[in-house]
Amino acid sequence: MNRASALAGNFQAGVRSPAPVRWPWVAALVVLAALLAFIAKGYVLFQGSMLLSYAIALVGLNLLTGYNGQISLGHGAFYAIGAYTTAILMDKGGVPYWVGLPAAGMVSLGVGYAFGRPALKLQGLYLALATFALGVVAPQLLKYKHLEPWTGGVGGIVLNKPEAPFGLPLSADQWFYLFTLAVTVVMFVLARNLIDSGSGRALRAIRDHEMAAESMGVDNRHHKSMAFALSAAFTGVAGALSALAVQFVSPDSFTMFLSISLIVGVVVGGIGTLWGALFGAAFIMFVPAVAEKVSKDAAWGVYGVVLILFIFVMPGGVMGLLNRVSDRIRRDDRR
Amino acid sequence: MTMEIFLQQLIAGLSTGGIYACVALALVMIYQATHHVNFAQGEMAMFSTFLAWAMIQAGLPYWVAFFATVLLSFVLGAAIEFVVIRPLHRAPELNVVVVFIGLLVIFHSVAGWLFGTQIKEFPTPFAKDAWYATRLMSAHQVGTIFVALCLVAALFTFFRHTTLGLTLRAAAQNPASSRLLGIHVGRLLMLGWGLAAAIGAVAGMMVAPVVYLDPGMMVGILIYAFAGALIGGIDNPVGAVVGGFLVGVLENLIGTYVVGTELKLSVALVLIVGVLVVRPAGLFGRRIVQRV
Amino acid sequence: MTRLLETRALHAGYGATEVLHGIDIQVDEGCVTALLGANGAGKTTTLRALCHFQVKTSGQVWFQGQRIDALGTEQIAALGVGHVPDGRGTFVGLTTEENLRLGGHARRDRRAVAQDLERLYAYFPRLKERRQQQAGTLSGGEQQMLAIARALMGRPKLLLLDEPSFGLAPLVVKDIFSIMRRIRDEEKVSILLVEQNARIALDLADTAYLLETGRIVKSGSSDALRNDDAVRRAYLGQ
Repeated sequence: MNRASALAGNFQAGVRSPAPVRWPWVAALVVLAALLAFIAKGYVLFQGSMLLSYAIALVGLNLLTGYNGQISLGHGAFYAIGAYTTAILMDKGGVPYWVGLPAAGMVSLGVGYAFGRPALKLQGLYLALATFALGVVAPQLLKYKHLEPWTGGVGGIVLNKPEAPFGLPLSADQWFYLFTLAVTVVMFVLARNLIDSGSGRALRAIRDHEMAAESMGVDNRHHKSMAFALSAAFTGVAGALSALAVQFVSPDSFTMFLSISLIVGVVVGGIGTLWGALFGAAFIMFVPAVAEKVSKDAAWGVYGVVLILFIFVMPGGVMGLLNRVSDRIRRDDRR
Repeated sequence: MTMEIFLQQLIAGLSTGGIYACVALALVMIYQATHHVNFAQGEMAMFSTFLAWAMIQAGLPYWVAFFATVLLSFVLGAAIEFVVIRPLHRAPELNVVVVFIGLLVIFHSVAGWLFGTQIKEFPTPFAKDAWYATRLMSAHQVGTIFVALCLVAALFTFFRHTTLGLTLRAAAQNPASSRLLGIHVGRLLMLGWGLAAAIGAVAGMMVAPVVYLDPGMMVGILIYAFAGALIGGIDNPVGAVVGGFLVGVLENLIGTYVVGTELKLSVALVLIVGVLVVRPAGLFGRRIVQRV
Repeated sequence: MTRLLETRALHAGYGATEVLHGIDIQVDEGCVTALLGANGAGKTTTLRALCHFQVKTSGQVWFQGQRIDALGTEQIAALGVGHVPDGRGTFVGLTTEENLRLGGHARRDRRAVAQDLERLYAYFPRLKERRQQQAGTLSGGEQQMLAIARALMGRPKLLLLDEPSFGLAPLVVKDIFSIMRRIRDEEKVSILLVEQNARIALDLADTAYLLETGRIVKSGSSDALRNDDAVRRAYLGQ
């Protein structure tokens, strides 16, 4: 069977034509999320920011893997690139964070494209292998002593948390959370537009049957490289946000386990869905902590077991399950 | 005496290359049978090595622990195929990859949980002052190369000259036709996984004396083994072995003379990407033609 | 004439789609039975259903007086049903001889297997010429011969042949069918032959069934079907 169709083939409930966005619900959700800034304490807001950062990263990875069918097991590398770009620009270049962020996106875009061109030749498993290697190697590269003047080597770089501008009566935590929320909304809207556009359809056509897409006039090379580039850009922006939230970057924050978490988040949330990113982000943020409570030393082991159970029980992810439930409700309504 | 250093690095490269060759062979075996890459191969091997360590700590002689571990790993590999992998044989590729990653994570974590994450010494059966040790090659290096070659020879004999080996090859290549001939493909897949796990265990026990035993021991080795398998051709066992040795030598030489030891793993990455871009079928693999 | 194979109300399908809607066919010992029909009629599905291979089935299948519909494919093969699938199904990465040896997998009698190998080479001399060659390099006709020979290595009582003429030049088809005639006479193996090429199938067969969209619409001796008007119009081009 054609590799890409084997990849996309039976996601069943998870994959379908994107449903029309119900804007009123979305707006309400965003307002609720914003209100959180005034109710919750600093640490919760920090967690909120991290969750949103992961969600953006997952949207990025989903663009590549869910909508375009290219498996990446090394997206932690792009997360790191975004984080380090922002950190280096702020630390060495004195650049403010609201410039550092888009810069991180641009750099990741470029690197993603540079990786995406040779990756054109790689199908399914081969790409998974190559990106897996990338994810493993990334921390080693970051620790490389000749790059130390820039990257800060093993010790990393410390960042300052952004303060609220224009003297707004918001704490740094509150401001950063709202800023992250705004960025998240922008990124989600961008992703939605991309998916609904002609390019988005092209991406999905390539995922479902590459050869057929090509024979229908889709420029596979261009679209696949752009998918990689955009995916990297989203993830890079997410990485930058996380660097600002944590106020610190170091090579050991970006090991292969990060790449693993990202692919886990995409599958758990639901391949080829946008909202799934939120569920996936919640999973990768909170399940490790829960796993640690079950067994401190075997935390990742518990995580692995939960992951495998998920694949067996809910292969379409959370969104897959929700879609199936809502389909059934709609079917019952019609009767 | 740069010639001497060169030869030493060459031998060291062949020695680690032997280990990569073994792991690469295990990867290719599973790929041939299932068209899946076992991302958890390294962690399974590491876990097996820990089992051996525990047995040795408990007082068992080295070679008893060695063969017991090989046997246990065989059983473990077969069990995993039956319990975890087989139910997914119709699942989309990404889901299977995630399950492999799940296994990777589980093995990694359980090893640390059961045996502790501190670096441990692992004994080598090849005494430092053995008769075959020379100035250029340590006894362990000679032993490793010897074991790797024996293992490879044994496997090739098995596959090429035994009926069971032939049946396994058939089941891997064409499970449907095999079933029509009365071949129980499922049982053979278990056998294949068991063998791969056993090979991984041997590789782990050969490398542990050199790099010391801890849960992260095999991650880098897995990458090198991937590179070796890809260079040789992911569906070609001979290629995997040649590729593994080649990667070992290249890694050592490039690490020593060109980029320095810290970036050796990056060399593997470049090799992987390079091979996949220039010649995805590897040196010996079949050129994959996609039929419409 | 003993009944070798019999189905009663055999249904078969893939997933939610039913393809066979209850068919009754019989194959007698020592006979060649043809199963004819157009594309999509369900002929291949029938053979697969008999072997419980890749389809969901319901209904009864009797082989040598024993019900086999609940058994697995491997068990049915071991009981003496040799299935040559559509598309040949040769092990393209293995040599000709390795393919043949695998045919004898389910058998215990080593020496007889070795003898059978030589006997089959006698039927198919082209295969003997290419015994160490990779099966994937054989021509279409040679691969078909290999697939048939491989199935015969299992000393089956019943040979299921799925479209042996498919994709082959007429001369090659003639060659293969004449060998099959010899095999039928000398080896005492019963054959259930699925074919789109009705003419050549009816030449070889003793009895025949006509399958249309999952139902048997005609059955009888091959002579009877050859002279049937509807069959002649639709399948023999007359």
